[in-house]
Amino acid sequence: MIGLTNYLTVAAILFTIGVFGIFVNRKNVIIILMSIELILLAVNINLVAFSVYLHDVVGQIFAMFVLTVAAAEAAVGLAILVTFFRNRGDIAVDDASVMKG
Amino acid sequence: MQQLVTILLLAPLLGALIAGLFGRRIGDLASQSVTTGLLLLTCGLSWYVFGQWTWGGLEPFTVHLAPFINVADFQSNWSVRIDGLSAVMLVVVTTVSALVHLYSWGYMAQDDSRPRFFAYLSLFTFAMLALVTAADFMQLFFGWEGVGLASYLLIGFWFKKPTANAASIKAFVVNRVGDFGFALGIMTVFWAYGTIQFAELFPLIASSASRSWEFAGQTLPLVDLACVLLFIGAMGKSAQFFLHTWLPDAMEGPTPVSALIHAATMVTAGVYMVCLLSPMFEYAPMARNLVTLIGAITALFAATVGLAQNDIKRVIAYSTCSQLGYMFFAAGVGAYQAAMFHLFTHAFFKALLFLGAGSVIHGMHHEQDMRRMGGLWKHLPVTYAVMTIGTLAITGFGIPGLDLGFAGFYSKDTIIEAAWAAGRDNGIANFAFIVSLLAAGLTAFYSWRLAFMTFHGTPKWGEHAAHGHDDPHAPAAHDDHGHDHAHQPHESPLSMLVPLLVLAVGALAAGYVFVENFVGEAQGEFWRGAIVNGPHNHILHEMHAAPPWVIWVPLVVSMTGLAIAWWVYIAREGMGARIAARRGPLWTFLYNKWFFDELYDATFVRLTRFLGDLFWKGGDQKLIDGFGPDGVSAVSLAVGKRTGRLQSGYVYHYAFVMLLGVAGLLSFALYAFSRGG
Amino acid sequence: MILQAIAFYLMASVTILAGLAVVFARNPVHSVLFLITAFFSAAGLFVLMGAEFLAMLLVVVYVGAVAVLFLFVVMMLDVDFTQLREGFSRYLPIGGAVAGLLTLEMIVVATTVASQGAASASTGPNASGGVDVTNAEAIGRVLYTDYVYFFQAAGLVLLVAMIGAIVLTLRHKPGVKRQNIAAQTARTPATGMTIVDIKPGEGISE
Repeated sequence: MIGLTNYLTVAAILFTIGVFGIFVNRKNVIIILMSIELILLAVNINLVAFSVYLHDVVGQIFAMFVLTVAAAEAAVGLAILVTFFRNRGDIAVDDASVMKG
Repeated sequence: MQQLVTILLLAPLLGALIAGLFGRRIGDLASQSVTTGLLLLTCGLSWYVFGQWTWGGLEPFTVHLAPFINVADFQSNWSVRIDGLSAVMLVVVTTVSALVHLYSWGYMAQDDSRPRFFAYLSLFTFAMLALVTAADFMQLFFGWEGVGLASYLLIGFWFKKPTANAASIKAFVVNRVGDFGFALGIMTVFWAYGTIQFAELFPLIASSASRSWEFAGQTLPLVDLACVLLFIGAMGKSAQFFLHTWLPDAMEGPTPVSALIHAATMVTAGVYMVCLLSPMFEYAPMARNLVTLIGAITALFAATVGLAQNDIKRVIAYSTCSQLGYMFFAAGVGAYQAAMFHLFTHAFFKALLFLGAGSVIHGMHHEQDMRRMGGLWKHLPVTYAVMTIGTLAITGFGIPGLDLGFAGFYSKDTIIEAAWAAGRDNGIANFAFIVSLLAAGLTAFYSWRLAFMTFHGTPKWGEHAAHGHDDPHAPAAHDDHGHDHAHQPHESPLSMLVPLLVLAVGALAAGYVFVENFVGEAQGEFWRGAIVNGPHNHILHEMHAAPPWVIWVPLVVSMTGLAIAWWVYIAREGMGARIAARRGPLWTFLYNKWFFDELYDATFVRLTRFLGDLFWKGGDQKLIDGFGPDGVSAVSLAVGKRTGRLQSGYVYHYAFVMLLGVAGLLSFALYAFSRGG
Repeated sequence: MILQAIAFYLMASVTILAGLAVVFARNPVHSVLFLITAFFSAAGLFVLMGAEFLAMLLVVVYVGAVAVLFLFVVMMLDVDFTQLREGFSRYLPIGGAVAGLLTLEMIVVATTVASQGAASASTGPNASGGVDVTNAEAIGRVLYTDYVYFFQAAGLVLLVAMIGAIVLTLRHKPGVKRQNIAAQTARTPATGMTIVDIKPGEGISE
């Protein structure tokens, strides 16, 4: 029987994969952005699952707004990435330690 | 009369303030004139007061000027106390000071800082007058410290010379040691008797003479304790044995300073204090013995060292030290009047000797080494004459049978007779008596040695007389031959000769004129209670019972000294130089002042430096700064650096930390949730 | 029911595996494609739950716009991925441990939450908030009435993001001629023309 717990579990695992992806990768800034999308997706699954099982449509409304903001953030993040690439020549995260201090 | 004595006290202060604060604006001549004029006024007033006291029947009185410190029992006022002692000291101080002011017109004529010099001289005079007219211990201490300050300022007057600076600091520090004892003495007096005003204190002493204090198993009589501590102060100020090291080095100051401060006035403040406190000392036998002992040792010690010195001023300085020893042991055996009498006459002939030496130095273009003088009697006749008078005075030349002689004859012989009289039943006084005879012989020797080496013999100056180490303008320029005037020694100007002549009159006549008043039949009416002799002190009468040999021996001894000096320095001229050149052990010991400076340096100075370094580097820098500002800042820096390494600049590091934080929070939340149910 | 379970587990596992592949893929283009896969299977999960409106939104917006944007950028940057360093450093074991711990805790929370409170009183999944309308209508009923201001704000957010993206990345190549409309329409006769008096037969020499 598929219940709330199952969906929440899926969301939890997906969330952890996203967070894991942020700090474990060295190669690629795009991976970071995609991991953020995974995190947001996990959150969305959570919201919708709760909305469905608690009979409150507000969860889905909120998930929609999360979607909107995620899209906006992806756009701006990619713009920043482009600028980052233009300034540095490659997208390796390892070298980005200018804020060291 | 009351206004007169107030003016008397404050006039030098006014002069000092005007010359000191406005000297640069009003110019050299105005500063000198103001200070000298005010000093002459003070001198005139002092002689008037003295005349009234001696021949006019003036009664002792005290003028209250203003309150000083009034805290419970500790009452102290600014006041002017006139009695026998202060009247005598007033004339001594003001006469010598006025003459020195006048003398300095000529001696310091080429100095750039004359207003400062005259201001300091007047300041010193004011402090000394405050000291001698004090009616309680606080004003006495104020004057004590004031003269110490003026001495420091004047010794280091040529402050660009490092030796002068060192000497002034040495004088101040050694005086400080004495002042510490003095302060403790004042505290003891206050603690024991509840008052520091002389008028209240002296009557109390007689009735409480047996009070004592238990400390560490010892019973110390209070009066003795106080007197010993106060005497330590006198030791410092009057350069007695152990605290004498500053006096020879004080000769770094200009010669007028040496004449005023280190011959006639400041160094006699100790003697004055002991005589002033005669009501106390009369009941303190232990203290008096100490005074006698130290005085006698000083008299002998200084005389031996003076034999081997080559600097003309230093010889006279040691002579002063020795004569002060005489004064102290006279006070110690109970003959305070004799001590004051010798103080009075000594002021005249010692100031005369110093100023005469200054005249020689001035005439020799600041040459001070006697080995480079000689044959000057032709070139400085007036100076030669007055110096001879002074030497005769200090050696006590006179004819006992006729009771006729120079000033020192009367005062010194009185002291020797008093020492004999007390020595009949007091071992220490007997020691003092023997020492006094020895020292008299030595005094004669070195005084005539000075006279012969300077004025007689073959001239050892010539092309070498250009400069000595008294010259403040050439500390290291030994090839400075830019003197326009010839290297011929010349007599001093009138401004320097007049004081010499006045002092010579004093050296001649002061003894004869005043002997009866000070120590003779009229001494009771003269002092009128200023000096108190205890019920068992009849020494002034007893000394008249001295047998003839005691009366004649001093003359014999001084003639012997004269003869030996004549033999060594005139008849066999060059013998002195040869003895010195052999550098035998005795000569070395005497020349190096019994190695006292080296001893003090190795012990106290090194110890103090070590302690100072210890507290500075170990205590202050390591501990206090280490735990305080430096330590805190170093720790902050270290912590900051280490913490700064957390900021690696990598975003994924930061994200990882965030993850750790989230995991932690979540775990805690779960834990709390499961606990709280 | 069994079909539902199979569908769920299938789509859930695809989502998770695709997510892992996004992180660990070597080629960034592959990563983007796996991201798209993850989105699609998540949309399937939504459909399973009954929230079909949101599932379609996911496909249209996320896959159709965001993931395609990712693809554009990845391809545009022309990253030389043969040089990309494999840098899974020493953080991997400890990071994995912490992440595993976190997952475990979240699952624990999920199970306890689901068994308590409002979730336990649930009468089964209903994507319309308990009301008997379609999912889209249920959303529409609420979105334009109670949450209209948030709706407008979301629009503004998108506008700002668009402007921001342009601001960050637009650059003018030098040497390219372009119209400056504002300058063109601001021309006045005074700046636009000069009147020259010419004698007949002469030309204009300039």
